[in-house]
Amino acid sequence: MSSVKLTVNGKAVSADVEDRTLLVHLLRDHLGLTGTHVGCDTSQCGACIVHIDGRAVKSCTTLVGQANGANVTTIEGISKGDTLHPMQAAFRDNHGLQCGYCTPGMIMSAIDIVHRHQGDLDEATVRHELEGNICRCTGYHNIVKSVLDAAGRMKVAAAAE
Amino acid sequence: MMSEGIGARVVRKEDKRFITGKGKYTDDVRLHGMTYASFVRSPHAHAKIKSIDVEAAKAMPGVVDVLTGQQLVDDKIGNLICGWMIHSKDGTPMKMGAWPAMAPETVRFVGNAVAVVIAETRNQARDAAEAVEVAYEELPVAADIRAAIAPDAPQIHPEAPGNVIYDWTIGDEAATNEAFKKAANVVAMDIVNNRLSPNAMEPRAAVAEYDPAEEHFTLYTTSQNPHVARLVLSAFYNVAQEHKLRVIAPDVGGGFGSKIFIYPEEMVALWASKRTGRPVKWTSDRTEAFLTDAHGRDHLTKAEMAFDKDNKIIGLRVKTHANLGAYMSLFSSSVPTYLYATLLSGQYNIPNIFAEVVSVYTNTAPVDAYRGAGRPEASFVMERLMETAARQLKVDPAELRRKNFITQFPHQTPVIMAYDTGDFGASLDAALKAADYAGFPARKAKAKAEGKLRGIGFSCYIEACGIAPSKAVGSLGAGVGLWESCEVRVNPVGTIEILTGSHSHGQGHETTFAQVVADRLGIPTSQVSIVHGDTDKVQFGMGTYGSRSGAVGMSAIVKAMEKVEAKAKKIVAHQLEASENDIVIENGEFKVTGTDKKIALPMVALAAYTAHNLPDGMEPGLKETAFYDPTNFTFPAGAYICEVEIDPGTGKTEFVNFVAADDFGRLINPMIVEGQVHGGLAQGIGQALLEHAVYDKSGQLVTASFMDYAMPRADDLPSFKLSHTTTLCPGNPLGIKGCGEAGAIGSTPAVINAITDAIGHDRITMPASPNEVWHAIHQKQAAE
Ligand code: FES
Ligand code: FES
Repeated sequence: MSSVKLTVNGKAVSADVEDRTLLVHLLRDHLGLTGTHVGCDTSQCGACIVHIDGRAVKSCTTLVGQANGANVTTIEGISKGDTLHPMQAAFRDNHGLQCGYCTPGMIMSAIDIVHRHQGDLDEATVRHELEGNICRCTGYHNIVKSVLDAAGRMKVAAAAE
Repeated sequence: MMSEGIGARVVRKEDKRFITGKGKYTDDVRLHGMTYASFVRSPHAHAKIKSIDVEAAKAMPGVVDVLTGQQLVDDKIGNLICGWMIHSKDGTPMKMGAWPAMAPETVRFVGNAVAVVIAETRNQARDAAEAVEVAYEELPVAADIRAAIAPDAPQIHPEAPGNVIYDWTIGDEAATNEAFKKAANVVAMDIVNNRLSPNAMEPRAAVAEYDPAEEHFTLYTTSQNPHVARLVLSAFYNVAQEHKLRVIAPDVGGGFGSKIFIYPEEMVALWASKRTGRPVKWTSDRTEAFLTDAHGRDHLTKAEMAFDKDNKIIGLRVKTHANLGAYMSLFSSSVPTYLYATLLSGQYNIPNIFAEVVSVYTNTAPVDAYRGAGRPEASFVMERLMETAARQLKVDPAELRRKNFITQFPHQTPVIMAYDTGDFGASLDAALKAADYAGFPARKAKAKAEGKLRGIGFSCYIEACGIAPSKAVGSLGAGVGLWESCEVRVNPVGTIEILTGSHSHGQGHETTFAQVVADRLGIPTSQVSIVHGDTDKVQFGMGTYGSRSGAVGMSAIVKAMEKVEAKAKKIVAHQLEASENDIVIENGEFKVTGTDKKIALPMVALAAYTAHNLPDGMEPGLKETAFYDPTNFTFPAGAYICEVEIDPGTGKTEFVNFVAADDFGRLINPMIVEGQVHGGLAQGIGQALLEHAVYDKSGQLVTASFMDYAMPRADDLPSFKLSHTTTLCPGNPLGIKGCGEAGAIGSTPAVINAITDAIGHDRITMPASPNEVWHAIHQKQAAE
């Protein structure tokens, strides 16, 4: 067992967990943040992606110990009150989701993609950058549209700030 | 306001919870005192169980109990069933082997459960499952169709000699043979439809809770049809009585057919919750999903098509071997028979068809319906035959199809189906235009100059959706009715709840069903909520599969709404002293035509519930129920055209263009329809180029993770060009045909046909990986 302290969606969290506990299980089972999903055992699908210190990371292969002291943001932590994050709004407006199971991981991944490219994205880049996320429902057509749309919205939002 | 009605691109109501992480899937359910289940599964494809030693596991930390297959048998829990009876051509019923939820004596595929550990935590359950010692005596294995039907094949179930489950036929054999004798040309092919894993992103899960005081069970499960699950679990498996079992399928993360069936783990979770007196949760990991979710497709087919001298089709002969895996899953027997061979006329006028289907047991995971269920296999056979025929007859593939299209409706095929309506020429025209077919030769020449092989492939598919009517499917052997139910509750304040027996696992019913109601009453969709997926809330239903929710589920809504509206009009007529026939509904108000007299919906509803001033003899309340049983299947159809470019140096296929022109009848929400098509296309293209569930000779599944099974990723797929032509379905009140499976049915042959066009011959098997394509090109060059 080890004691860890981290910040999750702006709130300080401390927990005593088995050393083998994965971050995704801390989030889901201990903190009840069930928005982060598990879709595989091999770090292939991206359903579990969260941000650790601002970078997209697969929480199914991150030990809680590795996140000790870090700032973790999950899908539950990206909207401001009732105001959706531009990426969330873009997914809804472009029908970028169906069953919604891959969606939290997609959105967290997509936000990171837009940040890293500073909003300068084209279709080929988005498709390439999404290679760590699997969606079985949408055929990606509308996910790609959503990310491109959000890239524009995030630029506007950043300019306004 | 009407902008939210039928035909509007309304953004989805359900999305808010999904994009904010507030969806509630089965694995998100946590109950007080919950335990976790981990299954002990066979590492062998075929073996006798000599002994199971659970003592070490029972002593491990956190272990509540370890239960075996023998205990399940002792507790008289029933074997899993297949619910569609098929008879062989000699009249004998299909030969079904026993499938206990956990094997007491013999395991028949890798992953077959033999015991289950119940423990305080997920990890403790897994640790202890490792410690259960099972002694096996290995038996010879038949891991594919050819091995299973070989003369010396191992016997998988004593009930099915030679591993043949049934040998079934449809059509007129003598007349078809006669047609072949008269043929000017015959095109013959061997066609393999490769085996797939459905891979919904949400792994299957079950949470079971037993309440001893009420002798009542609750099951949360990843199901496409919770009522059927309750029915089967109680009527056949003896797990719980129907009125003492509540099945809840909350948000479900994709199904594609794989969550229609009732699986061993759900039965065991219920049974174990009673045995242990604790709630039990089981969640599949991805490898378990690969091993135990029902797989799809897996056909070997010999097909021949006969043409007269004018290139008109005069006969079709098909012999298919279908792999049903180690046990017969819930609907497996119907997939390669009534859902496959009955579609073998395609879009074409074929006077004589004869098909034989032999289904066999193998030592592999059960095979059942997967997106399209039989229809993709039929379309693949038909459309590859047409493409190959065009090449052999040296005619344009589009024109050969057009020449043979059915143009008069209704059209009775020789294999049961009566197509109600369609315009196949219109779909083809739309696709040809969108694909710029006229410009293709120039593009091909240019590609050739650049050292690339370019090909264009067609697929003119038809499918049968909304399986029905109940009487007809019953006569064909189905064990359930295929109606749908709906209850409309207009609350006293005028808000409306629609309780439907169909179930959403990503199709957007909460939005589209509300659009249908909003359209009728002229109210915003926000005033309507959709309730589904809980047997305690919804009276009954048949669930969602086969694109039935629109054509059948929404029709049930219409039927119930008609009753509600009729009653509301009576109330209004009474209160306004007008004739019922003069009442019209507009913008949420009931108006007397030609006057300014009106009552808004909430006031009508309130009147119904206050019941102070109702017509004499009228029951209070405004709440009606309908069961809708359709009169026929619906027949969505379309034309897909795929253009690819292949690098002969690497064999890699790149998409240049993918065009889909579909006829789905009336579209309730075009945005959602397009999304359904996109997803289907991805699955069909995935089959063509990437996906393959591979067993080795010893029956080990060598593609049991996303590292080994190539799921299509964003980079593997193109953007799609969609268009629609419309002929309204005459068989249901909304004119809907269904759109959920079309993409998966139509796209696979289009892609493979494009590759065969590029490489100039048909010797290619799926998935057409770069390796496969490179070898196909090379083989051709060697042959020349
Ligand atoms: S669950 Fe983490 S990558 Fe699949
Ligand atoms: S929306 Fe279902 S997996 Fe992506």
